[in-house]
Amino acid sequence: MVNKTVASLQAAVADVPDGATIMIGGFGVAGQPSALIDALIAQGARNLTVINNNAGNGERGLAALLKARRVRKMVCSFPRQADSFVFDALYRAGEVELEVVPQGNLAERIRAAGAGIGAFFTPTGHGTLLAEGKETRLIAGRPHVLEYPLTADFALIKAHRGDRLGNLVYRKAARNFGPVMATAAACTVAQVDEVVDVGALDPEAVVTPGIFVHRVVVA
Amino acid sequence: MKRLTREQLAARVARDIPEGAYVNLGIGMPTLVANYLPRDREIFLHSENGILGMGPAPAPGEEDPDLINAGKQPVTLLPGGSFFHHADSFAMMRGGHLDICVLGAFEVSVSGDLANWHTGAADAIPAVGGAMDLAIGAKQVLVMMEHLTRAGESKIVERCRYPLTAVACVDRIYTDLAVIDVTPVGLRVREMVDGLTFAELQRVTRAALVPPPQDMCA
Repeated sequence: MVNKTVASLQAAVADVPDGATIMIGGFGVAGQPSALIDALIAQGARNLTVINNNAGNGERGLAALLKARRVRKMVCSFPRQADSFVFDALYRAGEVELEVVPQGNLAERIRAAGAGIGAFFTPTGHGTLLAEGKETRLIAGRPHVLEYPLTADFALIKAHRGDRLGNLVYRKAARNFGPVMATAAACTVAQVDEVVDVGALDPEAVVTPGIFVHRVVVA
Repeated sequence: MKRLTREQLAARVARDIPEGAYVNLGIGMPTLVANYLPRDREIFLHSENGILGMGPAPAPGEEDPDLINAGKQPVTLLPGGSFFHHADSFAMMRGGHLDICVLGAFEVSVSGDLANWHTGAADAIPAVGGAMDLAIGAKQVLVMMEHLTRAGESKIVERCRYPLTAVACVDRIYTDLAVIDVTPVGLRVREMVDGLTFAELQRVTRAALVPPPQDMCA
């Protein structure tokens, strides 16, 4: 019998190595898998590259991971927020690298990785600081920028309910990056509020089919 | 020469599909594999039209025209299955998420080139469907076919004559005569039907074969 549920948060992130690239779901704190992040902090992996829309809020979750000096580089669209003081201080001290990506390109680059797309052209960013040095092409009279996929070793995401096969549904706007990140990492770990029996999730409403998910843990 | 029936060949392929595998069975003969999957293993069948966890054909009278497989035949959904749109379905294939696909073939070459979508004949109507996406996307591409054409010609060849579906994509070939791995050192025979010798298999195969390792010889 296939069973992707793991007994503890600790076991769910036990094999994250130093230097790993990790996608972390969430838009601000909604959808942020804070229990998995806490487990990752306790686990001790360092020198991480983290892909998230933001760069942490307050002192918990992603901000705590940053504060623990585990992150070498942030790839995100919007690091600067009212409560992003942990990241702000590290960045100004030159202790964390930053790659800023327009939010739609961030989502689409992750999607491309999950869908096996080698690269794609988009008008977003053309002629700006964020497209400097990138290949361009005129398509239907409009300039486009070539953007490459973003992959990761792990995706840590938060969903509402899951089953032992890895099927997931999300809650409200906490869905955000979860479904697309689940497709783009070698190992996707989902923190869920509840594990339900196989067959309890409506097959019409499963948002992330189990094929994309490797571990499910209740938190 | 003794040959496996289509059903025996399907059962042979099914035996190699492990617990937990996400599998796409191509239309035609590969569809038969579903009937022989070991019942003690949980295996997830993907259908390109947007189904994961596809189940067997429904009982007569229970057919639902909205629930069909890639061959447009009525199927069912197992508990824990899901439905999704076409681009997501092909992302599963193209993004390397399927563990195994089983495809039929006109020809397979020494280097694992696959030809299964178009005969190239002047009056043939080309129809590719999802074949090219599966061939490049699945982690393991298994081909299941008769060893010889009806005219008695080898379907395993040095170089495909039919138009290609994908280059160097096939990992293993299951025929009614043998199981053959595509490896960097050539086509390595793993198994042959009872009573068949390597020399006989080589004689009917229009490409150089590597004999099975000594310890596997009967």
